[in-house]
Amino acid sequence: MEKNKKLRRQKTVRFFGDFYAVLMYAVFYIPVAVMIVFSFNDAPRNYYWQGFTTGWYAKLFSFANTSLISALWYSLVIAILATVISVVIGVLGGIGLRKFKFVGKQFINMNIYVPIIVPEIVLAVAMLIIFMTLGVKLGMGTILIGHCTFCIPYAVVTIKGRISGDNETLQEASMDLGANRLQTFFRITIPSIMPGILSAAFLSFTLSIDDVVMSNMLAGARQSTLPVLILSMNRTGITPDTNALTTVMIAVMVLGLLCVNAVQKHRQKKEAAAIAESEAAISAARSNV
Amino acid sequence: MKTRKRKNRLPALAQAGPVSVWMVLFVTVPMLFIIYISFMTRGTFGGVEYKFSTASYQTLLNVMYFKVIAKSFKVAAFTTVLCLILGYPFAYYIARKPPEKAGKLIMLIMIPFWTNSLMRLNAWMLLFQTKGPVNNLLLALGLISAPKTFIYTDWLVTLGLITSMLPFAILPMYSSIEKLQKSMLEASADLGAPPAKTFWRVTLPLTFPGIFSAIILTFIPALGIYTVTDMLGGGKVLYIGNIIKNQFGVIRNWPLGAVCSCCCWPSPRFSSSSTPGFPRSRTWR
Repeated sequence: MEKNKKLRRQKTVRFFGDFYAVLMYAVFYIPVAVMIVFSFNDAPRNYYWQGFTTGWYAKLFSFANTSLISALWYSLVIAILATVISVVIGVLGGIGLRKFKFVGKQFINMNIYVPIIVPEIVLAVAMLIIFMTLGVKLGMGTILIGHCTFCIPYAVVTIKGRISGDNETLQEASMDLGANRLQTFFRITIPSIMPGILSAAFLSFTLSIDDVVMSNMLAGARQSTLPVLILSMNRTGITPDTNALTTVMIAVMVLGLLCVNAVQKHRQKKEAAAIAESEAAISAARSNV
Repeated sequence: MKTRKRKNRLPALAQAGPVSVWMVLFVTVPMLFIIYISFMTRGTFGGVEYKFSTASYQTLLNVMYFKVIAKSFKVAAFTTVLCLILGYPFAYYIARKPPEKAGKLIMLIMIPFWTNSLMRLNAWMLLFQTKGPVNNLLLALGLISAPKTFIYTDWLVTLGLITSMLPFAILPMYSSIEKLQKSMLEASADLGAPPAKTFWRVTLPLTFPGIFSAIILTFIPALGIYTVTDMLGGGKVLYIGNIIKNQFGVIRNWPLGAVCSCCCWPSPRFSSSSTPGFPRSRTWR
């Protein structure tokens, strides 16, 4: 009887857990669903639902809304450049800060956490003052510097978490076997932290393409990034083709994720097969002896 | 030993050099400069006159500014507490799942956050319009007799803040709950502690690092973020982030903006003692 009661209690706990999880996911997915639904809204500006149309997608793919498309390209170019720069500097930095001791290392480590824990607006304003005082012209360059400044710390932290003692043993082995530093770096160190590099790149890209605060502060007068354009559109109401564009963007990202997953699974299978094969070969060799 | 050290200098410079230079140039220097500016005088036509004064700090004591700052801190604290209360059980729920499934569930949290954050905020706005779906639903259910105004209120801004910050609370808590060893809980139960006591005396203290980074990762962004107030507050709801932004935009009072910025710095002790819980779980590696 006692056991039965316990079982029933476990069941209710599990039920409430699942229920709560569904509720939380609903909170996360409702805005996305609403955003997608309103990309089919037959109204010039999104306030209320006024009927179904696919016209906004047609308009989007005819590239008629030039300000939207040019903002998208601007954002994409900045995000790609910021990702490349941040990953290169972040990977080198993550390895270097982990491996070497030098004067002021503690100070640099502290600085790396500043962009993560200080509100973005503070860093943006600080950089704006410096650029204005030095007379640097605001534009793509300044936005890029801003984005890299908050992407690099995330890249460094990701890479540092990825490096383990194994890497060092492998590196020493490589050097002992006669490889020089560069060879070791490109053929041992980099491949061993590749998953970390990929997630750093992914993180930098998503941070950069979604950034409003830094882009808004450091942008010149001429061109704005997509999020800044959306922010300025908010006053007059957002046009449904913006919803269509963001819907397409999330669709591409989810498809990309599925592809990466499929490739990974395939590779894992192949690796497992290879391991099984080599194990079979070893045991065969053993039994021969 | 000495030759080894010298040999190491070039690779150390090549690897740690760029990041050090970047951080000093674009973090240390600007952050120090903003403190310097906060002690300067406001220029007549905006900008800065390089003359020492504490006038900007005195302006801050002005009732209006003080109220806004106090309110920002209050709302940020409220958001953080709610994120912790809502997020902890959810993180616990995910962490107790088998690893394969937990990874997928975490991924499911991240996917919505790849959509543009402003568009997600705008979606809340569309839902809570005066003649929008939520009001219609409440009217149909008979819970209210006339449409309520949700938009441009602190209430909706707080909702926006919570929904934007929640994953940053969940992820670090998840990674520390995940590391919690089941044997500890079993030991506590075997020694006769009821589940509630086990939770207070074992689970909570052991997962505190995750909770601490969740607090930092929600409170500080919630303090400074002005996009939420811009999108959902329609310029009627002002927090410290908006004030800073306005000093550098329309009003052009740099020293005051600098002072406000200095207000929302966490103490530098945080930066070294806490490694903001960047979730070190499979999904992020």
